[in-house]
Amino acid sequence: MVERKLFEHELEEKLDTLLFASASHRSIGRLAALLEALPRRHQDLVLHWAGVAAQTNAELGHMIAMQAPQGLERLGDAGFEAWALAGLDTYDKEGLRAAMERLRDLDGFVAIRAGRLCARFAEVEPRLARFVQGLSGRGLALKAGAYPWTDTETLFLPERIAHFAGVEDNRQLYKALAVQLWAQTRYGTFNADLDGALAQWPDAHGREQALVWLAQLEAVRLAACIERDLPGLGRLLAELRGDWPAALQDAQSELSAPGADVRATLRWLAVFMARGAVPPAPTFCGRLDPTAAARVRADRIARDTAILRKALGALKGAAGTKPAAPNAFAAQINAETGALEVSVDGEAVSLPADVQAAAQSLAQDLGEVPPEALTPAGDGAWTPTDKRGPAPELARDRQADFQYDEWDYHRNAYRRGWCHVYEMPVAPGDGAFVREVKLRYAPFIQQLKRRFEAVRGEDRIRGRQPEGEEIDLDALVEALHDRKCGAEPSPRLFSRRVRNERSLAAMFMVDMSGSTKGWVNDAERESLVMLCEALEALGDRYAIYGFSGWTRTRCDIYRIKSFADRYDDGVRARIDAIEAKDYTRMGVAIRHLTQLLDAQPARHKLLVTLSDGRPDDFGDEYRGTYGIEDTRRALQEARRLGIKSHCVTIDRQGADYLKHMYGAASYSVLDDVKKLPIKVADIYRKLTA
Amino acid sequence: MTAANLRTITPELESLGAEPYYQTVADEVALFEAAATKRLPVLLKGPTGCGKTRFVEYMAWKLGRPLVTVACHDDLTTADLVGRYLIVGDETVWLDGPLTAAVRAGAICYLDEIVEARKDTTVVIHPLADTRRALAVDKRGELIPAPPSFMLVISYNPGYQSVLKEIKPSTRQRFVALEFDYPGAEVEAQIVATEGGIDAAMAKKLVRLGELTRNLKGAGLDEGASTRLLVHAAQLVGAGMAPTVAATAAVARALTDDPDMTQTLDDLVRAVF
Repeated sequence: MVERKLFEHELEEKLDTLLFASASHRSIGRLAALLEALPRRHQDLVLHWAGVAAQTNAELGHMIAMQAPQGLERLGDAGFEAWALAGLDTYDKEGLRAAMERLRDLDGFVAIRAGRLCARFAEVEPRLARFVQGLSGRGLALKAGAYPWTDTETLFLPERIAHFAGVEDNRQLYKALAVQLWAQTRYGTFNADLDGALAQWPDAHGREQALVWLAQLEAVRLAACIERDLPGLGRLLAELRGDWPAALQDAQSELSAPGADVRATLRWLAVFMARGAVPPAPTFCGRLDPTAAARVRADRIARDTAILRKALGALKGAAGTKPAAPNAFAAQINAETGALEVSVDGEAVSLPADVQAAAQSLAQDLGEVPPEALTPAGDGAWTPTDKRGPAPELARDRQADFQYDEWDYHRNAYRRGWCHVYEMPVAPGDGAFVREVKLRYAPFIQQLKRRFEAVRGEDRIRGRQPEGEEIDLDALVEALHDRKCGAEPSPRLFSRRVRNERSLAAMFMVDMSGSTKGWVNDAERESLVMLCEALEALGDRYAIYGFSGWTRTRCDIYRIKSFADRYDDGVRARIDAIEAKDYTRMGVAIRHLTQLLDAQPARHKLLVTLSDGRPDDFGDEYRGTYGIEDTRRALQEARRLGIKSHCVTIDRQGADYLKHMYGAASYSVLDDVKKLPIKVADIYRKLTA
Repeated sequence: MTAANLRTITPELESLGAEPYYQTVADEVALFEAAATKRLPVLLKGPTGCGKTRFVEYMAWKLGRPLVTVACHDDLTTADLVGRYLIVGDETVWLDGPLTAAVRAGAICYLDEIVEARKDTTVVIHPLADTRRALAVDKRGELIPAPPSFMLVISYNPGYQSVLKEIKPSTRQRFVALEFDYPGAEVEAQIVATEGGIDAAMAKKLVRLGELTRNLKGAGLDEGASTRLLVHAAQLVGAGMAPTVAATAAVARALTDDPDMTQTLDDLVRAVF
């Protein structure tokens, strides 16, 4: 027997119990009216899933019930269940906001169910990241998010896009969205008080509408900016988007004019909101979150201002003294190169690259470098702090193996015997990982070996030898000349091939900090396998040590391969067992490994660091400027001993401190962890070519 | 063949007739002239293709001095620079190397990419680069004092990462150093337009492409596109190639072999034109 349909008041009662915690509770009456039209079977299905979801979060339940009639119609029973489940899944992984977006995006789900070929974020990310890096000097990270938006430092793009039927079109849409978000940061979408302007629509619905209109109108303005600077890209966007929706065409001519800024867009926003029309779907323009963007932007401006003021404060006048009065400074942006030019007492002073980058970032955010950023800072130091938690146990059951000084930039002096180093071998693993890597990369390792053998194979011809396989013509000619003149000719008339003696010792320092856990650690271990294979072909002396630690009293150095060790099963087993541990106190690790390297009888000594980020340790002390300055100091000490250093990192945001720490030509940034194994050996070859 | 009809490289052959095109960027011309007056050797550093060689050519023309350019490589020996004996008929004949020829003629001797040369070549450069200003030719037992117009100019690219190829402090501290970089966008556009014979708008686009590739330096590319590459692209455009084709061939493909990077560069080329 088929049960009868539930009437509105019955539905309302049930929904009331299920969704009583929901903030949208007052609209349950409307919801019940919506569900009354459904057959009983569907009503039960909806009540079931709304109930299940509401147990996790009442808002999710509400959303499922709201979308149910449309969802059931378009997806069918099974599809509806899959859709609800996908929403709950997203909630578990990414939280409420993402889950709500997922559920709202019925179109996307329908498209995927219909077998449309979607493009995935993971597959377009590396290429897009490089592209965006190319477009903009300021680093922008790419991350997967529920919908496309940017906080001005990270571009968030959906996990997958299935708007078009073909994969390639969807990939182009990814690109278009990334460009759109990049343009928001580049052409000043957030350079006005958007939240203030939006305050005139205080209710949630009005604000939502205003945000969509704002994104649409900005898209019109930004498209014109892109078209002016990058015509090819402008064409791509226009092709993908087609004509602007008719509603937007009123605003088009004003917003496309060269001088138009976001304030013009806000004026038009008021016009459109007053008309009360529903905005077109934001497929191509992304969304805006002015509050988050304003926060990130304010942080960045504060940071850049601090960097700039500090650098100016540290500047010395032409005579090597601090300038007498603040007005001895003159700073201006060069209109042509966009570079900040500073003069002290009338003398031009060159600024370090990170300071230049900060100045340009400010100019991008504010349209100019504000006067307050050009006031030299006093002596107070600025350090970011955001670490909490109890201090670790310091007790250790044995004395430190070594103690090292550490550079304290506050004091401009060393802290003596500050860091306690414990050196120990890595507890060996079973070697399975290494075997598997060797198998997986076998063809590549072969190729690598050949290339490295080619480097070694560059024999040198040594002339003027008493014996050898060929006649040295230069020597012979001279001997003839000597004999003609009556002098005694030299008997050293031969040339001989000798093996090129490289006389090079390399130390590899591997970051074993907690942040390397997962992918990075795997990539590091794979890189080491490749390196060992390649270096065995080359015959260079090399050692591998890992480092990690937890405060200054516990700096652990893990021995993986010492210079004396041969690349044998023991080494392989230790590579296998490299794992992510604690923090990255880099200075002391460099000092210790520098000592080991210095003891090697080689002419060239090279210290290579594999790392995933900046120096850091538990507590506030080592983080930020302190750690960077200490590491820089340790590298300078190494340099004085004749040791060259090079850093291979995957920290794409690292340009600011890497250049400062290592010097411009002494680091490589990889855009993708997965490339580490393939690239490290190559970087080494280039370094020592 | 006799010694008489042996054709040798002489600085006169390298004397420049027409004025080479060079766009002054800062005070480098004045500095070089001052160094020439005071007989100081000059070190030019800067990325590849930013105009170092052209600058030296221009200065040689401006100062009215002959120019001898030596592209250094890792098998370049002292004998290659100073000279050697040849057998002509049954005689041995001494043949000056480029450095000796330049010293004798009072020319500007330009050693391009000095770090590539073998380390022992510095032995002959050092006495020329300080107050001694003399070249010792061991094989002939000759010490040639450099005339006032002789000038030693060396260049290197600090962007190369090899630890084995660094210029020694004892060498670099004898030179007046001029730092070169790619010029600002407008100056570069002017250079590209003039050299490539193309209009200003197209030159601007090419320069924009150059800037985009330079953003990728250190993030997959060893170097961004040099001014020289942009000029090449401009010349292809001037010869009637479509801009995207020209830029792909002259810039994108010239910068990298890495397939991922190639893709990105292609994307950038398409974005610009």
